[in-house]
Amino acid sequence: MATIYVDNKPYEVKPDQSLLSACLGLGLNLPYFCWHPALGSVGACRQCAVKQFKDENDTGGRLVMACMTPVADKVRIAIEDPETVEFRAGVIEGLMQSHPHDCPVCDEGGECHLQDMTVMTGHIYRRYEYTKRTFHNQYLGPFVNHEMNRCIQCYRCVRYYREYAGGSDLNSFLMRNQVFFGRSQDGVLENEFAGNLVEICPTGVFTDKTLKQHYTRKWDLQMAPSICVHCGLGCNTTAGERYETLRRIVNRYHGDVNGYFLCDRGRFGYEFVNHKERIRQPLLRKNGNQETITAEQAREHLKSLVAAGNKVIGLGSPRASLESNFALRTVVGPDRFFTGVAEADARLASLILEVLRKGPACTPSLTEMEMADAVFVLGEDVTNTAPRMALALRQSVRQAPMEIARKKGIAGWQDDAVREAVQEEKGPLYIATPNSTRLDGIATETFRATPEDIARLGFAVANAIDSVAPRPPNLPADVSNLAARIAQSLQGAKRPLVVSGPGCRSEAVIQAAANVATALAKSNPEVALSFAAPECNTMGLAMMGGAPLEAAFQAVRDGNADTVIVLENDLYRRAGSKQVDELLKNAKHVVALDSLPNSTTELAELVIPAGSFAEADGTFVNNEGRAQRFFQVFVPQDSILGSWRWLAGVGPGDTSNWKNLDDLLNAMAQSVPGFKRVPEAAPEAGFRMAGAKVPREPHRYSGRTAMLANINVSEPKPPEDPDSPLSFTMEGNPNEPPSALIPFFWAPGWNSIQATNKFQSEIAGPLKGGNPGVRLFEKAGGSAPSYFAAAPEGFHPKQGAWLAVPLYHIFGSEELSNWAPAVRELIPQPYVSLNAEEATGLGVVEGQMLQVGVNGSQFQLPLKVAKELPKGVVGLPVGLPDFKEWPMPAWVNLSRAI
Amino acid sequence: MLSLLRTFWEILQHTFRPRVTVQYPDEKPYLAPRWRGRIILSRDPDGGERCVACYLCAVACPVDCIALQATEDPQGRRYPEFFRINFSRCIFCGLCEDACPTYAIQLTPDFEMAEYKRQNLVYEKEQLLIDGPGKYPDYNFWRVAGVQIGGKNKGESEREDPPTDVHSNLP
Ligand code: SF4
Ligand code: SF4
Ligand code: SF4
Ligand code: SF4
Ligand code: FES
Repeated sequence: MATIYVDNKPYEVKPDQSLLSACLGLGLNLPYFCWHPALGSVGACRQCAVKQFKDENDTGGRLVMACMTPVADKVRIAIEDPETVEFRAGVIEGLMQSHPHDCPVCDEGGECHLQDMTVMTGHIYRRYEYTKRTFHNQYLGPFVNHEMNRCIQCYRCVRYYREYAGGSDLNSFLMRNQVFFGRSQDGVLENEFAGNLVEICPTGVFTDKTLKQHYTRKWDLQMAPSICVHCGLGCNTTAGERYETLRRIVNRYHGDVNGYFLCDRGRFGYEFVNHKERIRQPLLRKNGNQETITAEQAREHLKSLVAAGNKVIGLGSPRASLESNFALRTVVGPDRFFTGVAEADARLASLILEVLRKGPACTPSLTEMEMADAVFVLGEDVTNTAPRMALALRQSVRQAPMEIARKKGIAGWQDDAVREAVQEEKGPLYIATPNSTRLDGIATETFRATPEDIARLGFAVANAIDSVAPRPPNLPADVSNLAARIAQSLQGAKRPLVVSGPGCRSEAVIQAAANVATALAKSNPEVALSFAAPECNTMGLAMMGGAPLEAAFQAVRDGNADTVIVLENDLYRRAGSKQVDELLKNAKHVVALDSLPNSTTELAELVIPAGSFAEADGTFVNNEGRAQRFFQVFVPQDSILGSWRWLAGVGPGDTSNWKNLDDLLNAMAQSVPGFKRVPEAAPEAGFRMAGAKVPREPHRYSGRTAMLANINVSEPKPPEDPDSPLSFTMEGNPNEPPSALIPFFWAPGWNSIQATNKFQSEIAGPLKGGNPGVRLFEKAGGSAPSYFAAAPEGFHPKQGAWLAVPLYHIFGSEELSNWAPAVRELIPQPYVSLNAEEATGLGVVEGQMLQVGVNGSQFQLPLKVAKELPKGVVGLPVGLPDFKEWPMPAWVNLSRAI
Repeated sequence: MLSLLRTFWEILQHTFRPRVTVQYPDEKPYLAPRWRGRIILSRDPDGGERCVACYLCAVACPVDCIALQATEDPQGRRYPEFFRINFSRCIFCGLCEDACPTYAIQLTPDFEMAEYKRQNLVYEKEQLLIDGPGKYPDYNFWRVAGVQIGGKNKGESEREDPPTDVHSNLP
């Protein structure tokens, strides 16, 4: 610890940071623009000037940039010194010269860092009377709006986009006061993390285009802490509502998980909640048609189905909360609860779970992944299956070369100097996947192969590290040499990381990853092993357990079940349509709870409108086994309710005793081993701060007495929330709630998202009181680590048949975000991929139709040439809307369509 | 006794003083233009709707009786999709007018708004929007603000240089 003196007051701060971050960490108000806790310092904007003094007798002092000056013991600085204050006001006056005077129509207004800093420095009157420079705007795609006149040339956007997120199509152009930030021409921003520009840019140049469609100021949003539902990483989000529509998602800082950034699927996928096809009222099939009934009727019908002595089974879902799955499990009984996931997928999930629980490698948080100094990716295209992980891996390749800077005595936060020292140097990253990935550009080496061969490479790496590990048979020399190089890199690293996942749909790949980690762990306890999880509660469901979908098919076929309750699950996305048809048609009664219509709800007798993450409370378990609570954002007027609320009281289980979420959570903690700590993920409903709830609405929420006055001039009583310590009003105690309950980041004078600083125990560190959520399993030590023995045989291309492997798309492969109109714009059309050589062999070129045959069915799909796809393999997209794929890997026939 | 008589005397004297009470509604008092009565939404000098749906009046209102929703025309001009004032809550403090950056919302010297039904005190944009600029005949926000709208390109607002050519490095 170092002692620094700020305005003659001593403070204890951590060394190895800049004075700016130290001051902000102390809660002092010091304006800044170009610095960002995740990007470090470059000293470009001159806004953070303070005066530094030699010693206590020095009265003159000299101006320094706080963001460029390291903390050192006995440093004396002044923030309040009059000359400094004047300097900072002058800087902002300069920055504001060409300001377009358009705050009233700017979407950043009210949460604008430039506004906040202008007020903070006291620049209130415009003296500059000459002309302002202007720019044309660009079309940047469906997510981000561009309004260049508002730019203050802080360079944060390009530093983030190019250096942090690895994008190349956003740049700065021209010089002097005319520096332009944009693309060389109009076009969709290519980077999957472009949406973060909305928060990175301290002004209104980059704003959320989806918010613009239903624009609302931050102060008018009813907000709640939420968890992203669009993959299994569990990024923390803040969701905001107004007039019963979800208006936007912003990042909610979590020191271990998502830090400051989300992916674009997570940020812009939310509009499925507002979709006009949402199921808002219960539907009951009468004379072949689904007709609207009341909530009361629906509940009675459901009760009667369960009570009438029917043989009821329940199908859970990896995209429903733990609570909803548990409620269903309780209603039908644990032995009649099925996971609703195909056996192959369920096996992958439980294998991952077993590997993580057994150890010896621990599973890292995303922040820990960023610190890895050698990475081996096996089979997973993380950019498209668990996107935020790709951003973490991009940071990891900076770790090893950071040594160069460290040796030269350059602190890590001195961003510009570090990049100068490091140049293009990258740490080891090896990627083995069937097709090319977006991370290839920063990879040391890539390996393109079928899932079996990827697994074989993994086994070989493990064997090269520890000769006790099984060696795959008949390994070609080039693969074995590659394995040796990978092994060497991983062994030479301080914090090696192995990444894999169910993306290849191959158990061997996961086993291979486990073997590599196990081999490394023998000599390095720091080794980390991370698996991507495709859905928001894949892990939670795997932990809860239950028989797979195929067992449910069998139960109906055998007459052991005649009534099926399907929880938030489109079974047609899980298994072949023939089997699902059979299940849904042979069951006497089918009840579907869901938020949007799909092939399953269409065939149901009773359809129940399930609340999305915005209309219900619940808990998801992310890929590292972290249970995280999300809170209801608003109460809809129609019959939409969280699934567990619908199921509570349906009996015959003890569900009728559940008065609120806590009762359910406690019941779950008792009856499911492994979920004992789930209730700790957030404070219980009875929690109060100074006797008051935490308000979901900011204290300047407007229009309370007019919003609904068109319906009735007497304001209705605000809805009550029996399930959480949050209130659906602006009344309550807004001061620093526990980290799991922070509905939005705001502090006096800090209206923008930069207010996050005020909620952290140290800058870029954990939130005050610890990051939210609980890890349900930690590394299990003790038992001697063992290797998976079964290394698969190598892949042999077949004559006239191709192995189909799944290809994923950040926009297109996830069910819920596919409903969001902005995401929809970027979803590719169904296609089939082949490498160029084989395409030529078949006599087809890009875009031409191919006839694809599998299991007796035929499809026609246009060809998309994938340069790197191995020979004998075709790639098929997964999860695209309206495109029914089949279980993969599978053998298919190909021919030119006539 | 004495005080009682003095009171009578005082009251009697008032009979000969000039009258303060006005015979409203037969007689109407003079109200200054800046009197704070019924609120209107005005138009800019070009006849366009002045309100840009910035929500500042709504947030300034101490009784929260203004609600609106912003939207945009295809050329990027922002305006309120709906604009509602619940006059049964309004305290005619004028803070909304103070907050308005475009002079759109103005209080007028009209207070005759009584209704038998409270519901009728809820005014929508159709009841609020007038045809003229009200008290401020000249100001037009869009001429000043450097955003592009229909009929006004980048660089055509007040005190603006022509837009920078990104493909030229000449100063
Ligand atoms: S666009 Fe935003 S982030 Fe980029 S330089 Fe301008 S103000 Fe800074
Ligand atoms: S990485 Fe996954 S959890 Fe995170 S924002 Fe993206 S989709 Fe959501
Ligand atoms: S006059 Fe005052 S109370 Fe009435 S709408 Fe305006 S701000 Fe609200
Ligand atoms: S402050 Fe003025 S411009 Fe803004 S919403 Fe209110 S009336 Fe419209
Ligand atoms: S924040 Fe220090 S110079 Fe920009």
